Amino acid sequence: MTWLFLPILIAAAVAAFLGGRALARRRSEGQRAHSRPGQHGAYALIWTAVPALIVLIAASVFSPQVERQLMASGAPEAVQQLEHFRREAFYADARAVGAGHQTAQIWPAPYAELLPAEGQRAHRISLMLSLGGIVAAALAALLGALFVFSQIRPGMRARNRVEGWIVGALFACSAVAVLTTIGIVASLVYDSIRFFHSVPITEFLFGTQWSPQTAIRADQIGSSGAFGALPLFTGTFLIMLIAMCVAAPVGLFSAIYLSEYAGPVFRATVKPVLEILAGVPTVVYGFFAALTVGPALRTFFNTIGSWMVGGPLDGLGQYLMLVQNQMALVAGGVMGIMLIPFVSSLSDDIINAVPQSLRDGSYAMGATKSETVKRVLLPAALPGVSGAMLLAMSRAIGETMIVTMAAGLAAKLTLNPLETVTTVTVQIVTLLTGDQEFDSPKTLAAFGLGLTLFLVTLLLNIVAQRIVQTYRQQYD
Amino acid sequence: MKFKLFRAPDGSQGGGSAPEAPVISTPVVTHGAGPVGPTKISARDVSVFYGDKQALYDVSLEIPDKTVTALIGPSGCGKSTFLRTMNRMNDTISHCRVTGRIEMDGEDINAKSVDPVLLRARVGMVFQKPNPFPKTIYENVAYGPRIHGLASSKGELDDIVQISLKRAGLWEEVSDRLHSPGTGLSGGQQQRLVIARAIAVEPEVILMDEPCSALDPIATAKIEELIDELRERYCIVIVTHSMAQAARVSQRTAFFHLGRLVETGPTEEIFTNPRERRTLDYITGRFG
Repeated sequence: MTWLFLPILIAAAVAAFLGGRALARRRSEGQRAHSRPGQHGAYALIWTAVPALIVLIAASVFSPQVERQLMASGAPEAVQQLEHFRREAFYADARAVGAGHQTAQIWPAPYAELLPAEGQRAHRISLMLSLGGIVAAALAALLGALFVFSQIRPGMRARNRVEGWIVGALFACSAVAVLTTIGIVASLVYDSIRFFHSVPITEFLFGTQWSPQTAIRADQIGSSGAFGALPLFTGTFLIMLIAMCVAAPVGLFSAIYLSEYAGPVFRATVKPVLEILAGVPTVVYGFFAALTVGPALRTFFNTIGSWMVGGPLDGLGQYLMLVQNQMALVAGGVMGIMLIPFVSSLSDDIINAVPQSLRDGSYAMGATKSETVKRVLLPAALPGVSGAMLLAMSRAIGETMIVTMAAGLAAKLTLNPLETVTTVTVQIVTLLTGDQEFDSPKTLAAFGLGLTLFLVTLLLNIVAQRIVQTYRQQYD
Repeated sequence: MKFKLFRAPDGSQGGGSAPEAPVISTPVVTHGAGPVGPTKISARDVSVFYGDKQALYDVSLEIPDKTVTALIGPSGCGKSTFLRTMNRMNDTISHCRVTGRIEMDGEDINAKSVDPVLLRARVGMVFQKPNPFPKTIYENVAYGPRIHGLASSKGELDDIVQISLKRAGLWEEVSDRLHSPGTGLSGGQQQRLVIARAIAVEPEVILMDEPCSALDPIATAKIEELIDELRERYCIVIVTHSMAQAARVSQRTAFFHLGRLVETGPTEEIFTNPRERRTLDYITGRFG
């Protein structure tokens, strides 16, 4: 309601700009003014709009509380005697009646009769508050405008003051990002500490049992809850390792081909395609893994297993016949494919950053292309490339969708790529999806896992950035 | 036939010191005195195109052995382009096309049977900006011998590195830190390191593309001194922007302008008695 004033405020601000500009022009006629008329206008605009906006925001933040106070203070005896939450419900319904809507509940005898009158009172109060907000905002705008108009004279440094406001606005925007990050980390740390009150940190980091099912009712059995996250860490590590085994060589070699061997036409076609590939949503990779690669690999291993059964490798054959769709190999392999464009594009940039003079030097010595790549380019690009690899690793660790769909949920402590494993991210998803109570160790465990994940990826990113940066400086 | 190009030169071949009248179609002024040594490289009607743009027009030039030949001319006149045709470095630029005939010891270096990789082992090159590899000093010099398999043992490689550094006049300064990075040397030292790297593969020709343009006067003087010493063993072609440098280090000079060879002859004559108006204008600093 209060915000209906906004168009008027905008119009007033524009008017203040025009008025300020005209006034500045008139007052500085024939003299050399410090600031241009337009800057005086902008300054008037700021002083008209900002105080009014602050009043409007304050009004919409505080008016619900004031409204409740006013409702409570004038309420009839019967309503005041209600329990707290019933009283709130009654006011809510009174507001609804006042605005001409249906009530949410059916109220018994004394209250049903009270509702129309209370509804009218609620309507009056809300109208009064809205009007009050608008009047206050208009007043603020008016005062601001008067203040500025009284200041306009040739010597006024409007230019610098407007600049100061702009700096302030830009700073506020960048502060939002930083403060949000700090807030996220703080909530992670706070809830993790609560979690570590119920589960010791050593048990969390080094325990080998993960079964976060806690009893909801006291008589439930088999739900004692175990929070040893080691199987999750090994699962994450295993999948990351498989992904890097795919992404590192393929990505690096394709980068070498693109930057050193490919013709301009091929390069101009393939690079954008690679970048498109990097933009495919991970959920698409996820169902590619779960529905295509998983079954295909299972069939492959089961068939090989069936050939072995009865032979000298009978045991292995029996095992392979029981391999399931969901295995670390599938999730890791598809994640590796997802990371190829990432690794390749970063490595390509880094190899391209190696100065042409080094290539020329090597070719002029009679080195072939592959000798140049192996002996000059790769050693020169190595720090940068390893930085790129670390960044890819940190993405692999934080990747969620592919592993949720293709890796499985069973927390097994194994490094066998054919087994079903689970990762930190998958467990966070399963712990927090659906209806949850927010103070059980089961839910809080997600924060512990999240904090661990955050710290590890943060560390990897810092190290990678360092490496890439020092490498860049070397050739600039 | 195929391997003749890669045999070590015995020095007895070539046209001797008799003045040769080059077969040329463009009116290039050639001074009377012939090449100082036997002709090492002979270019006939060489043109170079970058895409549709022609950078070099029918250049014919005889380059004698054991001599420093300076290529001078204003920026963009094609002298560096011509230099790069002699070790086929232009092959590494995809849209670059070279026509005409370039012979080294009487053999066409653009023939299909010639491998540019092996040709470049015989024709070393030093670039404008020192470009040591990000490796140790030792590894920089050992780079060429390694890829061409010139040393059969560690001791032999050590010898090659030492001799090359000595010939490049750098041994005294770096003998105690052979295994520190080559990029840590000063600009002048880096350029001498790059020269050592080039001579480590025993080339016959050394091409230098403005080797001193990134160096201070003292480092420049050292490199010039070195070029003069190297002349005893190698055929040297140097591109330079500095008239004074051309006059100091070279025995023969070729003046390029707008992609054409204008005048060529003994350095002394070019500088004291140029026959072309454009040459005179350039060396007296009227343009360029």
